[in-house]
Amino acid sequence: MTTRPSDGHVDAAPLAAARASRSRRNRGIVLVLVGALLVLAAFSLAVGAYSLSVPDLLRTLTGQGTRSENFIVLSLRLPRLTLAVLVGVAFAISGALFQAVLRNPLASPDIIGVTGGASAAAVFGLLILGFGAVATSLAAFAGAIVVACVIYLLAWRSGVVGYRFVLIGVGVAFMVQGLLGYLLSRADLNDANGALLWLVGSVSGARWQDISVVAVVLLVLLPVIRLLSGRLRALQLGDDLARSLGVGAEHTRLVLLVIAVALAATATAAVGPLAFVAFVAAPIARRVVGTGGLALLPAALVGALITTVADFTAQHLLPGPIELPATSNKTGKGA
Amino acid sequence: MLHLLRAEGVSLGYDQTSIIANLDLAIMPGAITVIVGANASGKSTLLKGLARLLTPDAGQVTLGGRNIKTLPGKKVATVVGLLPQQPVAPDGITVADLVGRGRYPHQGWFRQWSSTDDEIVAAAMAATNTHELAARRLGDLSGGQRQRVWIAMALAQDPEILLLDEPTTFLDVTHQIEVLDLLLERNRERCTTVVMVLHDLNLAARYADHLVVMCAGRIVANGAPAETLTAEIVRHAFDLEARIVPDPVCGAPMVVPIGRFHGRVPTVCTEDAPSQAHKNATNKGRLPL
Repeated sequence: MTTRPSDGHVDAAPLAAARASRSRRNRGIVLVLVGALLVLAAFSLAVGAYSLSVPDLLRTLTGQGTRSENFIVLSLRLPRLTLAVLVGVAFAISGALFQAVLRNPLASPDIIGVTGGASAAAVFGLLILGFGAVATSLAAFAGAIVVACVIYLLAWRSGVVGYRFVLIGVGVAFMVQGLLGYLLSRADLNDANGALLWLVGSVSGARWQDISVVAVVLLVLLPVIRLLSGRLRALQLGDDLARSLGVGAEHTRLVLLVIAVALAATATAAVGPLAFVAFVAAPIARRVVGTGGLALLPAALVGALITTVADFTAQHLLPGPIELPATSNKTGKGA
Repeated sequence: MLHLLRAEGVSLGYDQTSIIANLDLAIMPGAITVIVGANASGKSTLLKGLARLLTPDAGQVTLGGRNIKTLPGKKVATVVGLLPQQPVAPDGITVADLVGRGRYPHQGWFRQWSSTDDEIVAAAMAATNTHELAARRLGDLSGGQRQRVWIAMALAQDPEILLLDEPTTFLDVTHQIEVLDLLLERNRERCTTVVMVLHDLNLAARYADHLVVMCAGRIVANGAPAETLTAEIVRHAFDLEARIVPDPVCGAPMVVPIGRFHGRVPTVCTEDAPSQAHKNATNKGRLPL
C-alpha cells in the first residue's frame, strides 16, 4: 500500500526543511509587525498639535529635548503610547488563550462577560460608592475575576466543556449589561457621563503607575504562557487526547483560564473595557500566519497595533477633543 | 522489557452511571488485542480506563505493576497512548503540525524540538503514507486521509502500548484494511502492543492475537479468536444468530450473520404492482417467504 523504503529509515530532511521555512515565514511576519508597530509608535509620538521631526523625536527620546518637547513627548504622548501597546498585548493574549483553551472563536473576554463584569463593578464603584481612579481600577479587576469564577462554576459539570462555558458566559454578559444599564439609568447625568467615558475605554490620561502594573503582570505571565504553550497545543486536541499525551486537561485549562482572566482584568482595570481587541487580534494573527498554530506572538503584536492605531485615529484623524476615547472607532475594524 | 498493562477489579462509569463493574484484564505485551462487543457494552469505557482517561471508581489499572494514577502523566504518555474515537483539531491546522504534537510527552520544559522529533514524525508519516500531505490542512483532507493522519500522530507519540478506539469507523473497506495492516506491521516490526476496539467481527478475528468479547460491561470471552468467536458467544454477546466458518483467506473464524430471513428474499416490488407487495405484506403480516 505504501511506497516507503523497506529498510525502515525515512528521510526527515524534507520535513525539517518545511518546518524551517515555516519558522522563517513566522519570523518574517513578526518582524513586519514589529516594524509596523515601531513606525506607528514614532508617528504617535511625533505627530499632533505640536509636531516634531524625526531627528527631534530621537533627540527627545534620548533625553536631549527642549523642555516643551520633553513635556509633550515624554509626559503626554509616551505614557499613552506605552499603555496602548501594553493593553493591546494583554487583551490580545487573553482572547487568544480563551479561544484556544475553550476551542471556540467566540470565546473572548469581551463576549463572555469577563470585561463586562469589570465594567459593572467599576461603574458601581464610580456611581454608587464614589470611587476614585485607583479604587475604580481595583473594582474593575475584582469584577472580572468574580464574573469569571461565576461562569466557571456554573459551567462545571464534572469538567468544563468549551461550548457550555461560552454559552453561560454570553448569558452572564447580557446580565451584566442589564446591570450596567440599570446603574446608568439611575445615576445623575454628570456622573453617568463620567461612567460612560470609562465604559468606552481610553488610554488618555495614562499614568505611569497604571502602566507599571500592566507591565509587571505581562512580565510575569508571558513567560508562564510560553512554558505552558506545549500543554495548550495538546489541550487543543481535546481532553481525551490531551490526557493521553500526559497533560492534565482540567488542571491545565483552569491555569490557562486564570491567566487569561488576569490579563483581561488587568488591562480593563487600566483602560476600561476596550471593545473588540481581545476578540479579533488572535483570529487576524492566525489568518496572517496561516498554519493553524497558536500564533501568540503575532496575536500580541496585532493587538498592540490595533490599540495604537485606534488611539492615533481617535486623537488626530477624527474631529473632537484630544481625550476622545481610544475605541470610539474600533467597531469598524472587525475581522 | 515490555510493560504489562492490566485492569485489576476496576469499576468504571460516568458521573453516577456505572458502565463496568469489577473487571479484570491483562493486556498481553507485544500482541494485538481486539475488543469487540455490542453498542454500549463498555468497550470505549474500558479503553479509556486503561489509558487513565477515566479514573476507576474501584480497583486499579496498573502499568508494570504500579498503579497508573501514581505515575507521572507525561511518563505514562511515553508508554501508553490512546487515539480516541473522534479526536478534535484546531481550525486550519496542517498535517505536519498535528502529527508533531504527538511528540509532546517526549519534550521537556525547555527542550522544545529536536532532530530526533523530526525523524520520528517523518517515520510516522511515511508509515501511514501521509508524508505527501505534510503541508495540507487537516480540514481539506478526505475521511480516510484524516484517519491516517491521526494514526500518524499516535505513532509519533511512539508509545509502547497503543490503544485505538474504533480506528476504522467511517472508512471504506480498502482504507480499513490499510489501517489494520499498518497497525499489524507496527506490531510485528516494533513489538508495539496494540489494543483496539473494532466493530467488524471478521476483521477483528483476522487481526487479533487476542480477542476480548464484552457484553453489558463484562468480559464474556477472552483468548485466541478461534476459541472465543463461537456461535454461542456471538449469540450471547450480540444477540445474533450466526454461522461461524473458517475465513477462506487466513482460516480465522468468520461470522456469517443469519438474520430473520435466512437468505435472499426475491423482490416483489415491480413497477406494475408496487401496491401488491404492500397488500401481501399487510394481509399476511409478514413477507412471502
